Amino acid sequence: MTKHQANWSPYDNNGGSCVAIAGADYCVIAADTRMSTGYNILTRDYSKITKLADKCVMASSGFQADVKALQKLLAARHLIYQHQHNKQMGCPAMAQLLSNTLYYKRFFPYYSFNVLGGLDNEGKGCVYTYDAVGSYERVGYSSQGSGSTLIIPFLDNQLKSPSPLLLPVQDAITPLSESEAVDLVKTVFASATERDIYTGDKLEIVVLNAEGIQREFMDLRKD
Amino acid sequence: MFRNQYDTDVTTWSPAGRLFQVEYAMEAVKQGSAAIGLRSKTHVVLACVNKASSELSSHQKKIFKVDDHIGVAIAGLTADGRVLSRYMRNECINYSFTYESPLPVGRLVVQLADKAQVCTQRSWKRPYGVGLLVVGLDELGAHLYYNCPSGNYFEYQAFAIGSRSQAAKTYLERRFENFTDSSREDLIKDALISVRETLQGEKLKSSICTVAVVGIGEAFHILDQETVQQLIDAFEIVGEDEPPVPEVGDAEADQAEAAAPAAEEGAAPMDI
Repeated sequence: MTKHQANWSPYDNNGGSCVAIAGADYCVIAADTRMSTGYNILTRDYSKITKLADKCVMASSGFQADVKALQKLLAARHLIYQHQHNKQMGCPAMAQLLSNTLYYKRFFPYYSFNVLGGLDNEGKGCVYTYDAVGSYERVGYSSQGSGSTLIIPFLDNQLKSPSPLLLPVQDAITPLSESEAVDLVKTVFASATERDIYTGDKLEIVVLNAEGIQREFMDLRKD
Repeated sequence: MFRNQYDTDVTTWSPAGRLFQVEYAMEAVKQGSAAIGLRSKTHVVLACVNKASSELSSHQKKIFKVDDHIGVAIAGLTADGRVLSRYMRNECINYSFTYESPLPVGRLVVQLADKAQVCTQRSWKRPYGVGLLVVGLDELGAHLYYNCPSGNYFEYQAFAIGSRSQAAKTYLERRFENFTDSSREDLIKDALISVRETLQGEKLKSSICTVAVVGIGEAFHILDQETVQQLIDAFEIVGEDEPPVPEVGDAEADQAEAAAPAAEEGAAPMDI
């Protein structure tokens, strides 16, 4: 009388963690480069970060096949937007597009946990965080993926305003400088790598600011 | 052409084996303002005349980017041209999505031609009233095609369509043998001179023409007005100078220009 269990799943979890932090005039997006399945590592060198537009970068963890499909779809939609509007999509616009795209598959979701980072229309850093079906919110910082439960509390401790009731109202955007935010990201991943078996190998950090996009790498523990 | 009893329907043949509606559609292309394309081994240039219907209005857009490696210039019913450009863009995006590589321009023009042919064989449709100069790159180099309302397409070294295109074609016929090895700058200069030929004496300014380039290592893009004006000034300073290849034809062309009545009346309704 036991319920019939599926012996095949269309989904798999390739693990990994993503983080994004918004600053006054920059945004840091980072993700590890380990791709795994079960207790095995598929590769130590896989990027979970993609540039969607000049001022908009997305990091996604979860099932990488769905992530790749989602990235391709958004890239195609961005091309159409450019043809119609003669300009690049801004981050808030892309944020809404991503939400709609995810909800479109509400009943067979993209197994993709996304963090969108970029510069808003005023040039300030912005981060949007999503669930698998498109529920999203603009925040000052966020993390998704297997290490997020370890990372978010630490970021809360470092970046969160003490209380929403405290006056003056503190902006969600961190007052940290760009290099301080990058160092924080490195610290956070080093810690997550220690305890999360799915996070490690290498850390890819992307920084978006008025000068453009820079990328750097940092080694992480490979065990 | 005169009206006759076989020209009402696109699905009616004439006794001489002609489809008059298709031919009338090609007339619409001839009424549109000129568009010119020329290619070398590594680059292709599109140039067109952009006449606004009045000083108050803006220019009609006649050159469209279809993809990084493909562009199109149109002459005739620009609305039809816009719709076909949208179709071409879509095809490129879908092909890239599926095959992770750019759609070869030769494939695109065949799809376009087949789409145009459908409209010549359905009683409830009409042919597209627009001629398209499609330019693009593939592994073999640069290409220029002309797609016409009949559903035919041809590849060209250089071509001109639209009103007074014959003047440009005459110039191009004289010079085309040099185009294969032309530099990018010479190619653009020849394009601008061809445009000037169609203007029949009117001064060539960047405000009335549009130029676009695509080449190996250079994505398709429309040159901005200042750049075009600088290029025009650069070769006009040299005078009505034809680039080296002096011919008897020159003297005659100059005389013809001077004598031209230029009594061309205002634009036909669709000449934008």
